[in-house]
Amino acid sequence: MRTLTLLQAVNDALHTKMREDERVTVFGEDVGPKGGVFLATEGLTQEFGKQRCFDTPLSEDGIVGAAVGMAVNGLLPVCEIQFQDFIFPAFDQIVSEAAKLRYRSGGQYTAPMVIRTPYGGGIRGGLYHSQSGEAYFAHTPGLKVVIPSTPHDAKGLLIAAIEDPDPVLFLEPKALYRSVKGEVPEGRYSIDLSTVRTVREGSDVTVFCYGAMVPVCEKAAAKAAEGGIETHVMDLRTLLPLDEEAVLDAARRTGRVVVVHEAPRFCGYGAEISALIAENAIEYMEAPVRRVTGFDTPFPNTLEHHYMPDERRVLDAIEGVASF
Amino acid sequence: MTEMLTMFKADGSAPDFNGALDDKALVHCYRTMLMVRAFDDICMKLQRSGRIGFSIPNKGVEATQVGAASALRATDFFFPSYRDFGMALHHGAKPVDMMHNMFGNASDSARGRQMSVHFSFTDPVRFFSISSPIGTHLPHAVGAAYAAQALGKDDVSLASFGDGGTSSAGFHSALNLAGVWKAPVIFLCQNNGWAISLPSSGQTASDGYAIKAKAYGMPGVTVDGNDLLAVNQAVGDAAKRARGGEGPTLIEAYTYRMGGHSTSDDPTKYVPAEELEKWAKKDPVLRMQRFLDKSGLWDEKLEEKLLTECADEVAQAAKVAEATPGPTLETIFSDVYETLPLHLRRQGEQAFDLAERKGGADAGGGAFPL
Repeated sequence: MRTLTLLQAVNDALHTKMREDERVTVFGEDVGPKGGVFLATEGLTQEFGKQRCFDTPLSEDGIVGAAVGMAVNGLLPVCEIQFQDFIFPAFDQIVSEAAKLRYRSGGQYTAPMVIRTPYGGGIRGGLYHSQSGEAYFAHTPGLKVVIPSTPHDAKGLLIAAIEDPDPVLFLEPKALYRSVKGEVPEGRYSIDLSTVRTVREGSDVTVFCYGAMVPVCEKAAAKAAEGGIETHVMDLRTLLPLDEEAVLDAARRTGRVVVVHEAPRFCGYGAEISALIAENAIEYMEAPVRRVTGFDTPFPNTLEHHYMPDERRVLDAIEGVASF
Repeated sequence: MTEMLTMFKADGSAPDFNGALDDKALVHCYRTMLMVRAFDDICMKLQRSGRIGFSIPNKGVEATQVGAASALRATDFFFPSYRDFGMALHHGAKPVDMMHNMFGNASDSARGRQMSVHFSFTDPVRFFSISSPIGTHLPHAVGAAYAAQALGKDDVSLASFGDGGTSSAGFHSALNLAGVWKAPVIFLCQNNGWAISLPSSGQTASDGYAIKAKAYGMPGVTVDGNDLLAVNQAVGDAAKRARGGEGPTLIEAYTYRMGGHSTSDDPTKYVPAEELEKWAKKDPVLRMQRFLDKSGLWDEKLEEKLLTECADEVAQAAKVAEATPGPTLETIFSDVYETLPLHLRRQGEQAFDLAERKGGADAGGGAFPL
């Protein structure tokens, strides 16, 4: 099977769906002939024409708002926000419009649409090209929030997102765009939007992570194994709706849990995982849940490697809960 | 302000009217305006007597709503604000369906999830689900217009909003996108003088609103919003341009909100009485009536018949809606997603379980069917 980067897998998913369904329409800043600042949409305008893949003015709320309008009138919009840091002008459109439309109209109007956006650190992007805003959006009923960590998942999840009847925020870990490679099948396949992925089996400690933290946790788990700690690594990949049963099963399996994300800790996604376990599996727990996260500060530029959880910090947490 | 299009002369004649509405359509427009007023009147009574929580009066702006609707097809896509339901009525939406929304009952299309006055229709007219935030629906209208064009349909979108809406991010984004895309969309700014308590003079320093179109590369037209024929013509012209691939138009309908912002508002605190008196002389319903009279289409007998019909229909609608049960507890959890996710199923089950064990919550008589 052919091997693609995560970025190529995203591009492949878009090509696949656009070939299959002429309603699929891609737009955003610089996504047209240039193919996007990361080249995720490379070749789409050339293959499908400028009516189906085109550049927009620099207007995030306009992009997402127009996507809602396209979705209610027969297209399947897949819009791009160039960096997740720039999504906040569109917060109103995502949270108050797209996510609530089905509910507030009793299903008369729905917004099957995808908002793709690169998120996270690791590219020396500073405050405004590095943020991880998943928790803001995972707090939004009516929205789905997806974060792939492998090329295979990126394609399968993006296809599922495009085919989903509800609005999906598809957060792409830009640190992994070119750094991970993997086998990606040709043609259409999809991955259910409420499933987690077991990255590594282990019986001593369970680590929950997603996006760019997955390879970090894999490395930490490999290191932990050298010290005799077997780590069970779960890629949450669909943050909303979450496969809560799978999370609880994995937590019960070891009774020792570490949650890892780049985003700040306070009210971060890890707090939800921790609370879920506390409410439903406390009797299985051998140690307090430990969170390894970004700091509760804005995202720094020069010192980003200290801000982002690394193998060192994850390993320290794994050892900490293992020996509790 | 750019030159204002007006059709009605002081004597009620309209020699420049282009004849886009035939006699039957003209009377239908008038009837719709009366229906808006009848609906408003009964809603005010229902609200004051504590039977519904909230209402938004339309007095003064009926000609803008109905004039615009009368220039478009039911299959065009209306993106309304909360002071626009005359557009839906004009194309056949039933007062009883609107009244279900006012009562937030089980027959409301939104199942009582929205505040009252937040209507949504797909049939017999595409009247998009109303949102409370200001200006967010303008980009929707542009996207829908883009889609219509991409799918080879000649439908146009109409986005309707108040003068306050022009200060929103959505206004700028939508007009900018529509201009660049040459989208078949009509922006109808109802300059009714007030955004709750803020007068139009505090909303913008520009010379009116239509002039803003220039910077977005589209025509801007100012029209007498209390003149149904003028609004019909302006919107009709804009629709023709849009269907012909010539792109969007911004129309400023110069009108006046003669009541409060809502039933929760006391406009006597900030609206100068003399201003209200001035505009009362330009009452859009009376002006239309005068025109119909002059055209031989109106007499006292017709007036009485229409008033009785409208009053009866809204009274009956209120009776039916009030007698309709409220939504079941299940509707809190449905329609969040197409398929109910596990965590919502659990939350629903817990809510039902609590209702059973502790009482206090009305489960609506239904078993949890999900």
